[in-house]
Amino acid sequence: MQEYDIVIGLEVHSELKTNAKVFCSCKNEFGQAPNTNCCPVCVGLPGALPVLNKKAVQLVIKAGLTMGCEINDLAVFERKNYFYPDLAKAYQISQLVRPICLGGKIELKEREVRLNRIHLEEDAGKLVHSTAAIGTLIDYNRGGVPLMELVTEPDITSADEAVEFLTKLRQRLIFAGVAECKMEQGGMRCDVNISVKKKGSKELGQRTEMKNLNSFKSVYRAINYEAKRQIEVLENGGTIVQETRKWDDNHGKSVSMRKKETSSDYRYFPDPDMLAVEISREDVENLRNELPLMPEELKAKYMGEYGLSEYESDILTKEKDLSAYFNETIKNINNPKEVSNWILTEVLNRLKDGSEEIKISPKDLASLISLVEKKIVTRTNAKEMLTRIWENGEKIENLVKEFGGNVDESELKTLVENIIKNNPKAVADYKTSDTPEKVFRWFTGQVMKETRGKANAAKAEEFIKEFLSRE
Amino acid sequence: MKIDELSLIDLAKAISEQKITSYDATKFYIEKCEERKDLNAILEIFDDALDKAKEMDEKIKNGFKGKLAGVPVVIKDNILYKGKKASCGSRFLENYVAQYNSTVVQKMLDAGAVIFARANMDEFAMGSSTETSYYGITKNALDPTRVPGGSSGGSASAVGAGLTPVALGTDTGGSIRQPSSYNGVVGIKPTYGRVSRYGVIAFASSIEQVGPITKNVKDNAYMLEVLVGGSEHDETSLKTDVPSYLSQIKGSVKGLRIGVLKEIEEAVAGFEVEKSYRDTLKMLKENGATLVDVSIKDFKLTLPCYYIIAPAEATSNLGRFDGVKYSRRSPDAKDVDEIYFKSRSEGFGKEVKRRIMLGNFVLSSGYFDAYYNKAKKLQQKLINESKEAFKKCDCFVLPTTAGVAFKLGAKSGDPVAMYKEDLFTIMANILGTPAISVPFGKGENGLPLGIQIVADRLNEGVVYNVADFIESKGGDYARV
Repeated sequence: MQEYDIVIGLEVHSELKTNAKVFCSCKNEFGQAPNTNCCPVCVGLPGALPVLNKKAVQLVIKAGLTMGCEINDLAVFERKNYFYPDLAKAYQISQLVRPICLGGKIELKEREVRLNRIHLEEDAGKLVHSTAAIGTLIDYNRGGVPLMELVTEPDITSADEAVEFLTKLRQRLIFAGVAECKMEQGGMRCDVNISVKKKGSKELGQRTEMKNLNSFKSVYRAINYEAKRQIEVLENGGTIVQETRKWDDNHGKSVSMRKKETSSDYRYFPDPDMLAVEISREDVENLRNELPLMPEELKAKYMGEYGLSEYESDILTKEKDLSAYFNETIKNINNPKEVSNWILTEVLNRLKDGSEEIKISPKDLASLISLVEKKIVTRTNAKEMLTRIWENGEKIENLVKEFGGNVDESELKTLVENIIKNNPKAVADYKTSDTPEKVFRWFTGQVMKETRGKANAAKAEEFIKEFLSRE
Repeated sequence: MKIDELSLIDLAKAISEQKITSYDATKFYIEKCEERKDLNAILEIFDDALDKAKEMDEKIKNGFKGKLAGVPVVIKDNILYKGKKASCGSRFLENYVAQYNSTVVQKMLDAGAVIFARANMDEFAMGSSTETSYYGITKNALDPTRVPGGSSGGSASAVGAGLTPVALGTDTGGSIRQPSSYNGVVGIKPTYGRVSRYGVIAFASSIEQVGPITKNVKDNAYMLEVLVGGSEHDETSLKTDVPSYLSQIKGSVKGLRIGVLKEIEEAVAGFEVEKSYRDTLKMLKENGATLVDVSIKDFKLTLPCYYIIAPAEATSNLGRFDGVKYSRRSPDAKDVDEIYFKSRSEGFGKEVKRRIMLGNFVLSSGYFDAYYNKAKKLQQKLINESKEAFKKCDCFVLPTTAGVAFKLGAKSGDPVAMYKEDLFTIMANILGTPAISVPFGKGENGLPLGIQIVADRLNEGVVYNVADFIESKGGDYARV
């Protein structure tokens, strides 16, 4: 294995996050009853014509901008002709000669992966294999869902890097609001082109294409399997045949789908039903201005501006929703470090324990942190309050009444006075101890214990100080 | 008032003024269709036509106004009318029922039309004689031993024989104009994009248009006004304002510059139509028009250009007829490959198969640049040449066909001879310009000949004005 280099290029399809499909006004929605989300256009009825959803073009431009692509000023749609029952028109509207985006790159830890292009096309329907008596059925709901296809140069050298690339790509698309990349729903799918060559050799080996990869894990496994298979073939004196292979995740192996000789000639030509799309530089700049910060940029900001550690910043920028939550929380309380602490511990632990979503609003979390800061409630009580908000959806205003700030000031004063009077030994300790703050905290603890944590800690401390000084 | 003596415009007026009911007019034309079943121009008379006519009469009584209020109309078999069959002259779509209205049908319905029948056509509009229809050949309205032309042969024969005041056709390479010429009627192919193609079963998307076939030029202009306008369902439909065409018919050609194409002068020599063509030019000159010599150097290449672009688009457009969804599935198909192979083998006729193969060839890898790309470049060159020519003149005048309608079966064994039928008409499709055919003069057995007027894009007004003038000087022959 060490004697070979692995050369990998990826083709990644992602369903775009538009409201409507790409050439008709049907909803772009997953999970509808079969064939209920269709119209003459997306089931390819005679006479129906495509009308481009400009939003899809905008999203592809945005995707390209996050990866430094060049945006073509004229994009052309072409027909890719082939017969398959899930393809209603017997052609897929795609792009060949003038895609929306050209070039670009994604930086990995150890290398830069160059992109060849990103183009826009339509998704096909879905075959549903039913019982033998019924046979195969077709659900056209997915037909016409906008897809962006990203093609890399063969710059990836291992299964690990492929997964790293996909992770970064997915992050970008989600952060930019381009796609949701829900792999379990087929929202992101990957084809892998892979070849091997003798270490250091300039000449590329014959490649095979692996289709049907629906999770990062299967990408990882398929690459390792295929590289090993190719090396074995070569080591045994054989040659690699250019072919398309299908990954079988259940059995952990790939099988040949079709050889090059029998592959389709797609007979691409410009779709005469569609106008070429002019993309002005002004439009591109406007879209660029709409882009939020990408994970790397956010990370730099968190570390630089907010003084968070790299570890914290990494976690907070991994998922768009989490970083958005963090950003929103610090709008309400200007203490990024403390907010980060709370999110990394209290919030994430609860998510790990099975919560599907964050069940406290950024505003409430900010209030909780602020209550602790102002010592209106103790940290322990604040955590208890968080639990009750998370689990029962209780109102923070009501919880504050229960947990803090509602012990009457004169009552508190009397309580402190009594505690000090009843604990002469502690008072003496306080005066002689090397660490008087420890003893001071003990007094505070006593107050909290007596009030079951409801006392305003700041006030309590003020009174303790006052009475101790009188002793 | 005799219904069949009324022009479309007069009939529309009489119905809207309640001098004639839509019911009577529709019934009259339905009976005409029944009488002339021998022509096989009409494939189906819609069974709800008289009910619709009655409804329209009620609406008109209640104040409905519309350019076609209560007017009976025939559509070609490739135009979708919701709930009605649209078989495109093909076995493949034998029982296909339209699921939605085409834009042109919707516009006509909005204008109050009673669409009462669908007309025969060459299968998938591929042909110039209406002999390739799965539903039998259509005969010429004026001589049943001759072809009506095609592919809109059913529509033109129906108008020629007085079975309807107006019919819609589609024109991809001359399919409205050539049959109009053969049946002594008027047919226009509008500017590409002027009429929406939404809901019209596609043959060659980048060059085809829907247009009206009528008994005279003014009727034609009146009808086109109903059909034009951008559609939100069709990117290629033009969103520019729709002018009045009738108001541009001035009854004079004084001062107009008529382009005489050098290449036509050469091509027309010895053809039956030559005299009509020269008489037209002479007549226009005598009436104050100026004849200007112009040239489209590559005119002769329009035909090969067309026979690359059209089959290429057709092969892709017809892919959806695969037996999987709505089209006829071979009863013998056992698996998905057989559904494709057997359904398409049985469902398509010979001419359609020929063009599918031709289209696949010119698009296939290794040949794409040599054929399709070259044809597209040539098309652009022709457009540029025409723009130069249109700087010097307001329109071209040229024949529609080489001669009168040919005999049934005369060319059906010779595809190239059949393709040459479109020699004079294809140019307007390649250029995307409007072109009309109007009868002028007679040929063999007193059968009509047609003259074409071609103007620059969106200049339908000029086309109609000149055509109307030619018609007015053509004697009564224009009216059958």
